[in-house]
Amino acid sequence: MIARVVVTLKPGVLDPAGKAVQDGLQSLGYAEVQQVRLGKYLELTLEASDRSAARARVEEMCRKLLANTVVETFRVELE
Amino acid sequence: MKFGVVVFPGSNCDHDAYHVIRHVLGQSAVFLWHKDRQLQHCDAVILPGGFAFGDYLRCGAIARFSPVMEEVARFAHRGGTVLGICNGFQVLTEAGLLPGALLQNASCKFVCREVTVEVENEQTPFTCALSKGQRVRMPVAHGDGNYFIDDEGLRRLEGEGQILLRYIDNPNGSRANIAGIINSAGNVFGLMPHPERASESILGNEDGRGIFESLLRSHAQ
Repeated sequence: MIARVVVTLKPGVLDPAGKAVQDGLQSLGYAEVQQVRLGKYLELTLEASDRSAARARVEEMCRKLLANTVVETFRVELE
Repeated sequence: MKFGVVVFPGSNCDHDAYHVIRHVLGQSAVFLWHKDRQLQHCDAVILPGGFAFGDYLRCGAIARFSPVMEEVARFAHRGGTVLGICNGFQVLTEAGLLPGALLQNASCKFVCREVTVEVENEQTPFTCALSKGQRVRMPVAHGDGNYFIDDEGLRRLEGEGQILLRYIDNPNGSRANIAGIINSAGNVFGLMPHPERASESILGNEDGRGIFESLLRSHAQ
């Protein structure tokens, strides 16, 4: 099973790197870009059969290590 | 006074801290490897600057799970004195021993220069040799020193006198110009500037020595 984890800064936490990318896109003429939030993408290959148990485990991994929930949120997708 | 200096793979200010304690202050110091499970009866533990585990994932995120950190947390919960400098500050926030988090600098640039900080609370074991309102200069060298805490957390820090140092010339965009904070129990201190790089006249700056002198003074009492 593959778990795809996306970690981004919480809304309201300044993201200077995301802002720099946004400025870059706008200077290329993509004026419609209102905001860019930069994050991390992690792909976990799991040995698991039960999807809901696997999800619970990956969410636990996110809270313990993969994300810092003081400033970040995470999203888990299973394949 | 006996200090333990933790060494993670990627620490690079461990020897500076050891040198200042041993050769400048004439105190006892030992290195504590990140896999150690005992603190050798140290009176204080220093988490030094550097790039523990290459800053992979987030600064301090991997280091906080080192075996030695279980002992450091136990030591801190018993009231033991813990000082985290730069990367050490990041490790302490990741470990939950200090509130908030250290984010990328607002400029997106690594900043390496001397800064001026003002002492806001001198009634702690880390600042008692300094005076309130005193301005001290120390070097910073970091890419992720932008201290963040939510509104409620900031109110608590302000209300409890937990902000010990504030930047006069904020180099990283940190909230409320915070350069260093202490935990609510008053025994764990983290700061982004490097006092160990500014503790000898031969280096042109002795301002950082006040932090170490404070620890010696409070230990002697």
